[in-house]
Amino acid sequence: MPVKVMIPTPLRPYAGKRASAEFHAKTVGEALGHLTSEFVELRKHLFTEEGKLRSFVNVYVNDEDIRYLAKENTPTKDGDTISIIPSIAGGCI
Amino acid sequence: MATTAQPQTGAKPAATLSNEEILRYSRHLIMPEVGMEGQLKLKNAKVLLIGTGGLGAPLGLYLAAAGVGRLGLVDFDVVDFTNLQRQVTFGSSDVGKPKSEAARVRLSNLNPAIQIESFETQLTSANALELFKDFDIIVDGTDNFPTRYLVNDACILLGKPNVYGSIFRFEGQVTVFGMPDGPCYRCLYPEPPPPGLVPSCAEGGVLGVLPGIVGSIQAMETIKLILGAGDNLVGRLLLFDALGMKFRELKLRKNPNCPVCGTNRTITKLIDYYEFCGVRGEEAPGPTVSVPEITPRELKSRLDRGDDLFILDVREPHEYQICNLHGHLIPLGELTRRVHELDSSREIVAHCRSGKRSAEAVDFLRKAGFRKILNLKGGILAWSDEVDPSVPKY
Repeated sequence: MPVKVMIPTPLRPYAGKRASAEFHAKTVGEALGHLTSEFVELRKHLFTEEGKLRSFVNVYVNDEDIRYLAKENTPTKDGDTISIIPSIAGGCI
Repeated sequence: MATTAQPQTGAKPAATLSNEEILRYSRHLIMPEVGMEGQLKLKNAKVLLIGTGGLGAPLGLYLAAAGVGRLGLVDFDVVDFTNLQRQVTFGSSDVGKPKSEAARVRLSNLNPAIQIESFETQLTSANALELFKDFDIIVDGTDNFPTRYLVNDACILLGKPNVYGSIFRFEGQVTVFGMPDGPCYRCLYPEPPPPGLVPSCAEGGVLGVLPGIVGSIQAMETIKLILGAGDNLVGRLLLFDALGMKFRELKLRKNPNCPVCGTNRTITKLIDYYEFCGVRGEEAPGPTVSVPEITPRELKSRLDRGDDLFILDVREPHEYQICNLHGHLIPLGELTRRVHELDSSREIVAHCRSGKRSAEAVDFLRKAGFRKILNLKGGILAWSDEVDPSVPKY
């Protein structure tokens, strides 16, 4: 079972409306690379022009924030779940 | 980890419940987790709700029902017809009334024994600290990034818990910020997204009952903080997916380098949050692109004149079903893949609901070499207002 990447609702329009995608990947960076190769429009929502992960997007491997692991070099193995958690603000409107 | 929010010193705390209160809260009192002691904690608690909309509705209702002794309601908005799809404190007769006051009336009817104050004011850096200081717990039910950062920072500066909830379409997030040794909003998101990148509910839509669920969870967390019962969501980000009906949980860590709650704090007073979030003025602008425009009236004249215009509709199929201008539908998210369906030799007018998505489309197409392309200013909403009122607004 490969690595599963969960795609949050605000980004699904740029990922062919998919809720998740699976890739073989040894690191988070590799998995996100596969994701943005397959869904090119997703790239600008996840990464800056310099290729850095946007600061209002958090990435988790299982339930741990990669900022506290090895960031994009965080190793992944089959069966892991990568979650992309963008900032959402809706509450009232 | 169970923690209790301590009531502020000042007014003498209530030491007893009246017979009427004992009867009203009997279902609480017979539970060992609450009992007389717990109900008195609720009676002596002071909770400030920021926002009385989708999240604020269940929050206000359940905190009032539970007997929170003092509730503050902060909202500067008025009840709009489109709010009634989810803001269940309001009724049809409240349309046009200030939300904080309409909510106060409703909640007072539910529980006349508690003190409810409405603050019909916009929360700003100038008033937040003053407003927050007399309350024990702040609950964030707001709908925009600048206010969320403001609420967070004010809570950290004052040392008050911030029960956070947010929603989008059919997903929600809940956690508790601002507890000692716990993370804050900036630990989770050091920076906001640039305006226009994350749609608001007005643009993205929201399943009405979703804020009902998320706000109820926030009410539950608030009550547990007051009682010191159970395990709260400090350090835990609860994610709710309503369509999949799944709850997930992620670990939230306190960032030791957080500028507002870390060990070397650089933010020691409230800042200009609109500037921080890149927003100026009363309304968050759409993408900061400037594209050639056509007004609905101009479009109508040109169509009546027989001009050969190609109408491109960049909304979603379900929006097309609500109303349309008989345009060619290519949802914005599909435009890059389907640009070959457009003929750059024809004059194209792009539209969406309010003019924001179509502005992005025009910007993209101009960069792709299209020279004869205009954005319909104000979208189909403006068309309904200015040209054809029979076209429904949504």
